[in-house]
Amino acid sequence: MIEIKIYKKTGNFAGNKDIAKEIRAKEILPFIRKEDKIFLDFENVNSATQSFVHALISDVIRKEGIKVLDKLFFKNCNETIQKMIGIVVEYMQDTGKKN
Amino acid sequence: MKLHLPNSVWIGNIDTFLKKMDTSNGELEISSHKDWISVHPVVLCMVTSLGLKIRHENKKILFQKMTATSKHYFHRMGLFKLLKLKSEMEIKEHGSAGRFIPIQIIKNSKELDNFITEMIPLLHKEPDKVEPIKYVVTELVRNVFEHAQSKIGAVVCAQYYPKSNTIRIGVVDIGIGIKKSISKVWNPKSDLDAISLALTPGITGTTRKVGGTGENAGAGLFFIKSLAKINRDFFIIYSGNAMYKLLKNPKNKEAKLIAEPLQDHNSHGEDYPYWQGTVVGIDLCLDQHPNFDKILDLIRDFYRRTKKQKIKERFKRPRFI
Repeated sequence: MIEIKIYKKTGNFAGNKDIAKEIRAKEILPFIRKEDKIFLDFENVNSATQSFVHALISDVIRKEGIKVLDKLFFKNCNETIQKMIGIVVEYMQDTGKKN
Repeated sequence: MKLHLPNSVWIGNIDTFLKKMDTSNGELEISSHKDWISVHPVVLCMVTSLGLKIRHENKKILFQKMTATSKHYFHRMGLFKLLKLKSEMEIKEHGSAGRFIPIQIIKNSKELDNFITEMIPLLHKEPDKVEPIKYVVTELVRNVFEHAQSKIGAVVCAQYYPKSNTIRIGVVDIGIGIKKSISKVWNPKSDLDAISLALTPGITGTTRKVGGTGENAGAGLFFIKSLAKINRDFFIIYSGNAMYKLLKNPKNKEAKLIAEPLQDHNSHGEDYPYWQGTVVGIDLCLDQHPNFDKILDLIRDFYRRTKKQKIKERFKRPRFI
């Protein structure tokens, strides 16, 4: 199980895609098959841009398929961030590999 | 190049100002209304961008002495300092808190992060009012970094208007423009076609793949246009010879999100003076502002509807003959 604290990297506004890309490349993708659960913890993050969320998870969904959401969990998200994640997951639904 | 700053320019009437610009090469000559000048921040960003371009090319800027009583505003916004012009004004400066964000040049992610952390709070607005401002500035400036190849970076400024409780924002670059950027993957026939593609959800200048790349989804400008539409605010985008303006959605008409920007309540044209780069301006009215979450719900519904439509289009029925 891995837990990634987003606030530590972005502060209360998650808008920097470079950071999202780095989290995805270094902390999610290399472990997604090895770990049973990865938690993305948004505690203290007030908002996130669509670009940030897209850079964070879209490639994970594309590469691993939508089933990856069975092991990728979003923790302590406020309503706005939940909705933003919901939108990205929505438009990525039929782009990933088929499971 | 010639620019005249008239009595008043806001997004609603910006067309006349744009059409009167002379963006041909050469020295930059700037004149202004003699009594009073009130301009949208996007205009300040445009003047700054052209001035910086001229400075970069070692050409002259001829800035006619301002006589308007509102000339101090241009000094306070930092125009003369950025263009290394003598303002000939002695001004007792008060804090800008709550009223404006002076013109800023943002060249990289770090500068953008600093801008978001240090400048937006200057507007002294409640957190839920500030979120859309942070959102819009971040997404627009990142577009400049990723697609514009602008030598000067992004030129940004904002102004709060208490009477209408509105924040007006401008983000301008002098990069390659939308048509050249999006042509790496798509084949726009004109600048307007390119703007239209850039505003369409799912269209990115980086790939034709559904869902975009790991970094780009082609949703950024659609989100910002949606924010303006649901908010019933103005939004303008100008690049090359084309200008697209989202008009205020009438209050008696339900604001519904649609994919095709030219089907929105808009005005557009393709006969504008050539702007090398991209100009974006937006107004965000803070009191009639629907909850940001509600806008996100509408965007999610939009994607759901689009997906259902696509499935419907792909669905084949057996043909019994």
